[in-house]
Amino acid sequence: MRVLVLFAHPAQRKSSINRAMADAARRVGGLTFVDLYEEYPRFQINIDREQERLLDHDVIVFQFPIYWYSTPSLLKEWQDLVLEYGFAYGPQGKLLAGKFALICVTTGGRESDYSATGGNNYPLRQFLLPLQQTATLCGMKFLPPFVLHAANHIGTPEAQRHIASYGALLRAITANQLDLDEALTRDSIFPADLPIMAEH
Amino acid sequence: MEGLTFYALAYLAAAVFAVIISRRLGLGSVVGYIAAGVIVGPILHVSGAGSEYLEQFSEFGIVMMLFLIGMEIDPQMVWRLRGKLIGLGGLQVVLTLVAVGVFGTLLGFSWQQSALFGCVVALSSTAIVLQTLEEKGLLESDGGRASFAVLLFQDLAVIPMLACIPMLASVTTVTNSAHGETFFATLPGWASALLTLGAVVFVLAAGHYLSRPVFRAIAQLGLREVFTAAALLVVVAIAALMSAVGLSPALGAFLAGVVLANSEFKHELQNDIEPFKGLLLGLFFMTIGAKIDLSILLQHWAIVLVATLAMMLIKVGVLLPLAWLFRLRATAAWLFALGLAQAGEFGFVLLSLGRERNIFSEEMVSISILAITLGMVLTPGLFILFDRIVTLLDSRGATRADDEPEEGTVIVAGLGRFGQIVNRMLLANGHKPVVLDFRADVVDDLRKFGIRSFFGDAGRPDLLDSAGLAKANVIVVAIDDQDRAVEIVTYARRANPSIKIVARAYDRLHYYRLSDAGADYIVRELFGSSLEAAVLTLRSLGMHPYEVEKRRNVFIEQDLAGLKRMAPLFDGVTPVSDNPDFIAGFNDIGKVIENAMLGNRTAYNDLVRRGWTPPVLDDSHALKAEQSRQ
Repeated sequence: MRVLVLFAHPAQRKSSINRAMADAARRVGGLTFVDLYEEYPRFQINIDREQERLLDHDVIVFQFPIYWYSTPSLLKEWQDLVLEYGFAYGPQGKLLAGKFALICVTTGGRESDYSATGGNNYPLRQFLLPLQQTATLCGMKFLPPFVLHAANHIGTPEAQRHIASYGALLRAITANQLDLDEALTRDSIFPADLPIMAEH
Repeated sequence: MEGLTFYALAYLAAAVFAVIISRRLGLGSVVGYIAAGVIVGPILHVSGAGSEYLEQFSEFGIVMMLFLIGMEIDPQMVWRLRGKLIGLGGLQVVLTLVAVGVFGTLLGFSWQQSALFGCVVALSSTAIVLQTLEEKGLLESDGGRASFAVLLFQDLAVIPMLACIPMLASVTTVTNSAHGETFFATLPGWASALLTLGAVVFVLAAGHYLSRPVFRAIAQLGLREVFTAAALLVVVAIAALMSAVGLSPALGAFLAGVVLANSEFKHELQNDIEPFKGLLLGLFFMTIGAKIDLSILLQHWAIVLVATLAMMLIKVGVLLPLAWLFRLRATAAWLFALGLAQAGEFGFVLLSLGRERNIFSEEMVSISILAITLGMVLTPGLFILFDRIVTLLDSRGATRADDEPEEGTVIVAGLGRFGQIVNRMLLANGHKPVVLDFRADVVDDLRKFGIRSFFGDAGRPDLLDSAGLAKANVIVVAIDDQDRAVEIVTYARRANPSIKIVARAYDRLHYYRLSDAGADYIVRELFGSSLEAAVLTLRSLGMHPYEVEKRRNVFIEQDLAGLKRMAPLFDGVTPVSDNPDFIAGFNDIGKVIENAMLGNRTAYNDLVRRGWTPPVLDDSHALKAEQSRQ
């Protein structure tokens, strides 16, 4: 599978878990990694370039921290500009149809916060609905998200495990070892039970 | 006159060829000069009358070297290195001195001779080691910094050593009165002490208070050769003053260098003195080479060999445990120990002084010079050995990451209205650029604001070199002069292929010339601010500010794309007006923008309006919605 990782993080500090994940992704051979904030520090997104990138790949990975139940603003700008009528949707063009979309996010809140009884009132999947519907409207297959909750300190064993399995996940997808259609039926992608395909 | 011409011809020719060959062999210029001396020595009968004059002349090389070393000493750096400087450097010098001294006495030399041998061996070759470390990019590594600290301490230790030689001599022999009685010697003790102190205070005070106004006045004359003459005058005058009061001229020059180290004229002074220092030091090494008696080498080659090996073994034997004591990691410790294992140019100075004062015999000096030279010749071999050891240690799993150089530096050339803003932004973000400008008053004003700025013509390659061009990560060429700017870019690109060059362009044509010269990023000096004015105008006309912003961005993109498309058409030789490709292309660039001006704005508007189209459900979704309604 041709994998495109679109990474959006406006405050990349050294200790950022997302930065460590990005580094892990960069080390995976054979995929395309794009740091959107690096490429478009002035928010002037090159629409043609971005559309071409989408066409050249089968799996589009969006990696970002959840900000106010949504994406960082540049990734929203990216959606507004790149997913054009006639390219991503509409009767004349639906060029992304059949591709997979994978959301890889970190949240500050714990998993229990994202529930009817928690402080955020709703499960995380509900907050991801706009993204899911965007993908669906474009005819893309929306994979269950790859999530790290309570991502506040890079030193915790959970964070370290998550960073490592992010690399493993991308490597598996790139090497065609992951049964993505099988993964579509799941609630979330956990490193432990990744649906790895049998060796051919 | 004929004699002088012949001398000059023989010396210069031998120097040029021997140094070229020696550098090619990776042996450094010092070995080359000595070899040249060995070659021309017998031809010119150096022991004859002409050479004494030459020797005195060449000793100015040492004075200038100490002047330049003094200038390199930045009090802050000395403070930062204080632990290594005093601990590592001090222990190294003292332990080597003691070891060689004891060893020498056991071999039957007098204690004075042994002590002086100890001094000679304790001092490594600053010139060779620093040059090699810099070439290998190891100067900023742990081992490199430790080596630098020790070399710095050795440079300082030379001064008391030089002062001690007469004392050693007065114990062994009757005072050598070859230099004649000075006026000074006729004074009573208290008066001479006072006079000596007065001379030192005068040098310090004059360096601090007098030098700036004088140099500024000279700089404003704009006559380069007068500035050079003034720089030489400073060194010669100090040497003369110090000799008159019976102090070492080298010590005085060193002090003056330290005082002038913080002056804005530092780089300019360095550049003016450097070539003279180089040539005169070369001359000094050549006179040393010329005095080597080759028959001694043939006669005592075994002694020379054993002395060299013994010297290096003692040095490594002292350096390596010290490195471990000061917790240098394995690779750094080996770099430190092997890099500093030779004796250096100061050894020659001490030896020749020792000979003058009759502490050493001619034979001892010749053998010692040969041993030191052999040690210098072997130094590149030791660096190769170091590389081997590193790969060996690496394969055993040691990491080298900490031994890599630290973050880089920025040079800002030209500090007018343009460069100042660049500089302020850099300072605000914690970078300390080296700033160069040719207007002494500008530099002076900036220094009052605490900005590290240096006086000098940024177009001069040597000034760029001494500002650290070879190791800098970025250079900002912000000067007004278009031709100079192109020259600087060309030189910077050649001298440091990996450097990032940000250049200020006057206009489009200058943009192409800079691009041709190898600039990475080129900023047209008025483009940004003119656009800002256009933005404000459009806003004033009632256009929504965000709409203006988008249009501005598209305008910039189009304009830059056009510029880039045109760059290959510009060959730099043919005048633009005679280049049909260029003219055709130029008309092509502005098409989109021109259309916009003529009111035919479709293309431009299309570009601006991309995106922000609301999602519309397509037929299939509309159908689904209809079905569910039914």
